[in-house]
Amino acid sequence: MISLHQVSKTYVTSNSRFQAVDAVSLEVGAGEIHGIIGSSGAGKSTLLRMINLLERPDEGTVIVDGNDLTSMTDKHLREARRSMGMIFQSFNLVNNRTVSGNVAMPLEMAGLGKKERAERVREYLDFMGIADKAEEYPSRLSGGQQQRVAIARALVNHPKVLLCDEPTSSLDPQTTVGILDVLKHINRTFGVTVVIVTHEMNVVTNMCTTVSMMENGGLINTFKAEQGNTISSEDISRITVGLSRDKVRDTHG
Amino acid sequence: MVDSIMQYQSEIWHAIGETFTMVGISIIAAIALGLPVGTLLYLSGKGQLFENRVLFAVMNILVNVVRSFPFLLLVVFLIPFTRFVVGTALGTLAASVPLSIMAIAYYARLVEQSLLEVPKGVTEAASSMGASTLQLIVKFLYVEARSGLMLGLTTSTISFISYSTVMGIVGGGGIGDFAIRYGYQRFETEIMIFTIIIMLILVQTIQYTGSFMARVLDKR
Ligand SMILES: Nc1ncnc2c1ncn2[C@@H]1O[C@H](COP(=O)(O)OP(=O)(O)O)[C@@H](O)[C@H]1O
Ligand SMILES: [Mg+2]
Repeated sequence: MISLHQVSKTYVTSNSRFQAVDAVSLEVGAGEIHGIIGSSGAGKSTLLRMINLLERPDEGTVIVDGNDLTSMTDKHLREARRSMGMIFQSFNLVNNRTVSGNVAMPLEMAGLGKKERAERVREYLDFMGIADKAEEYPSRLSGGQQQRVAIARALVNHPKVLLCDEPTSSLDPQTTVGILDVLKHINRTFGVTVVIVTHEMNVVTNMCTTVSMMENGGLINTFKAEQGNTISSEDISRITVGLSRDKVRDTHG
Repeated sequence: MVDSIMQYQSEIWHAIGETFTMVGISIIAAIALGLPVGTLLYLSGKGQLFENRVLFAVMNILVNVVRSFPFLLLVVFLIPFTRFVVGTALGTLAASVPLSIMAIAYYARLVEQSLLEVPKGVTEAASSMGASTLQLIVKFLYVEARSGLMLGLTTSTISFISYSTVMGIVGGGGIGDFAIRYGYQRFETEIMIFTIIIMLILVQTIQYTGSFMARVLDKR
């Protein structure tokens, strides 16, 4: 479903250059829940944002659902993005629009009629269990509820891919479990491919079927759980061992 | 006091009408041109979606030049342009031209500032949804910044009223001109005080209404 081939990104500021992602290749199969882990500053968010070209790679290609995004015109890229949802750590809702106004936005971009929009919005607010908040403004909701609104907004236009950047990092453990359940449910119900960036190992063991580890802009290790299972904590320690072995190899030449 | 005011009643109304014309035209110019210029300033700025150093520098300098020009000199300096636009350099309509130029620059800067306060995440969410540039501006930026845009317009309007008071020099008229010609030059202190009170009420009303609307619009 998602195929990154040798993508690199260097941030250039007036007095420095910083290579945030260095020649990373990654395959994520359809229906997978793929975790990207690694320490802060490793380049996880940058890599995720390259999947929908929020960050355009300096080199390499990004292929999603068979389409090469890196060679698209702006217009086609906008259309391609409409079949990818994205959620964020800080929710990024439009706070001056109501909950239903927020969820309707991707449908407005897609040019859906008013009546159809209202139906679809209601359907997804129901699905997320926040139908009673439809006419509230986001600032009146809890963090968990705001993230549900954001998920409804990301899903309402029937995306094939859902990109999540630390979606539970600003939520308490209990709310986190609720959100992860919702994401798993979405993956099972709609077959949406999920890529989730996180620094919380329990997020990975809770839901991911494959996981990648990033360090200093590079992707060090990708691991796939056995059929029907999620990644276990043993798997994670194995990845981390792999990491230190790589490091040792690096320092010895 | 009432007597002298009654005596000049029609002149006062006429002057108020002139002020409303000049300020009204300036507000229209601010919205029609200041808003797009401010938006362009924001979008072409450093680290923004359409970062463009040359475009930003040119507009930034233009806005600064207009805003730092002593206003009376700007009026004089613009006379040829005014004549070109309205056919004459004298009168209320002609006075509205330099006032509008100032209004565009003034509001553009406040628009840029309001847009800069919109969290980066909102524009990111817009892009991730496949929003076009126009959709990003209208459905995201202006919606999130609307109370700031309203407050900016309120502040601007009050400044335009203040600037409009010196428009007597090009025959623009208005309440300020009336206060000077009748109140000051003819030593009719009562008239001068009365016009000052009118101005005060006008400014207070605008500020109150603007602040109120900004508060109602803000759901953040
Ligand atoms: N817009 C940017 N300009 C300059 N440097 C950036 C920018 N975005 C990210 N970086 C840098 O790139 C590195 C990787 O960032 P990021 O992908 O956000 O890491 P992570 O999500 O793994 O914490 C960090 O060192 C960060 O400071
Ligand atoms: Mg990050």
